[in-house]
Amino acid sequence: MAYSEKVIDHYTHPRNVGTLDKSSTAVGTGLVGAPECGDVMRLQIQVDENHVITDAKFKTFGCGSAIASSSLATEWLKGKSIDDAMKIDNMDIVEELALPPVKIHCSVLAEDAIKAAINDYRVKNGMEALELPKSHH
Amino acid sequence: MNLPIYLDNNATTPMDPRVLEAMLPYFNAKFGNAASRNHAFGWAAEEGVDYAREQVAKLIGANEKEIIFTSGATESDNLAIKGVFEMYKDKGNHIITCVTEHKAVLDACKHVEKLGAEVTYLPVKSDGLIDLTALEAAFTEKTILVSIMYGNNEIGVIQPIKEIAAMTHKHGALFMTDATQAVGKIPVDVNADGIDLMAFSAHKMYGPKGVGALYVRRKNPRVKVTAQMDGGGHERGMRSGTLNVPGIVGLGKACELCRLEMDSEAKRLSALRDKLQTSLTVLEESYVNGNTEHRLPHVANISFKYVEGEGLMMAMKDLAVSSGSACTSASLEPSYVLKSLGLSDDLAHSSIRFGLGRFTTEEEVDFAIEQTKKAVNHLRDLSPLWEMFKEGIDLDKIEWAEH
Repeated sequence: MAYSEKVIDHYTHPRNVGTLDKSSTAVGTGLVGAPECGDVMRLQIQVDENHVITDAKFKTFGCGSAIASSSLATEWLKGKSIDDAMKIDNMDIVEELALPPVKIHCSVLAEDAIKAAINDYRVKNGMEALELPKSHH
Repeated sequence: MNLPIYLDNNATTPMDPRVLEAMLPYFNAKFGNAASRNHAFGWAAEEGVDYAREQVAKLIGANEKEIIFTSGATESDNLAIKGVFEMYKDKGNHIITCVTEHKAVLDACKHVEKLGAEVTYLPVKSDGLIDLTALEAAFTEKTILVSIMYGNNEIGVIQPIKEIAAMTHKHGALFMTDATQAVGKIPVDVNADGIDLMAFSAHKMYGPKGVGALYVRRKNPRVKVTAQMDGGGHERGMRSGTLNVPGIVGLGKACELCRLEMDSEAKRLSALRDKLQTSLTVLEESYVNGNTEHRLPHVANISFKYVEGEGLMMAMKDLAVSSGSACTSASLEPSYVLKSLGLSDDLAHSSIRFGLGRFTTEEEVDFAIEQTKKAVNHLRDLSPLWEMFKEGIDLDKIEWAEH
């Protein structure tokens, strides 16, 4: 199976690889997936006092599409409010990266990681965790 | 050195130019049907087939009458298992095989199960070898066939064929082996080994795709299989269909070259493979899968923990290898062979199979070592699991959300 150019670009030059201080109250961390399924994503957001995401970092264990999906997610997160970030849909990622059907689960995982990171931040800052639809992969 | 480098010789091998040269006349000047007994065109084709049959037989220590040409090892496996079951089902209905067999064997066994066969699927030990005590215990009075592969396609382990065959014969059953990965690579002798039926194919030994053979013993005991395809009664009535003359000629030539060059080639390849393996296992948390003592000379299957195989292959973009990760399949299930060794799913997902071949050079192996190391390090920099491992977090204690 050939990868799309955008997947290859994100895979070869992943954006925002790294680690934020997960103990900081301004940082939300989402760790999703499982090693036995072949993908694990860790996505972190740095949020300012206006609930705007100022920085995002990721590390991913997985195939090229999983790495590209999380790399793209970090790009999209920066500058968004946490409410707007909640609206990122996995199908937007599928479209942007031209993921084939067998790789849709990679985008779902990225969406899950975004939501898990935001919820982690919300809970840390005295907000209610948002009810998430049951993961559909 | 041309890129990309082909290191997937267990999937298929490039054709040797000498094989192609031997085949070419049979596409044009000698185009006849080998079954045409009444004219020169048929005779020329038949002569080519007869010669090939001798070349094939000689490689495996058989008589040429014991070679049944087929379309490849999958067909040979099917013919052997279904054909033996059909022929001998009045004698018994029990078949013994093993969980790491190729799908062609496993699925043919599943097929005869539906027709009334009882099949025992032996487990393997953590090194990929079967346990002979477990085999001994599996026999029943109704056992008619034992089918155990010679060398494994994913990890390259070589089963104790002689011992298995002897045990099988002691219990009055037939011994069949899928030797697709072994024939032409290591010495295989049907008489010394005690093999009654053996499947193999041309394209794994520098011959063309679409042609293979089933060895069927004619003496001590005389083995028969029921044909699985009806037609003109070719190949002693066991496999009908006009013979693929150019393919068969190619298989013959490929067998001859393997016979003549096997000793030196096996030495050269195992030295290169060992160099590759030694250099790559210098990387932290890398593990060789399967027994390394009883192993085909050209294979190394290595897991690089905390990186995922498919992602890794993408970084090894100038290398053609394969992975036990099945991230592309709908099931997300990694290799059943690696899982049978007791490997955890994450290690199975992290495996890369390197398959060297006749045209692999030392320069290519050196390049492969460097690119693999770089790729593993690159992906570990991206891997949250690697970071957690480095921080001393026990990944087994984390509750992962299975998806």
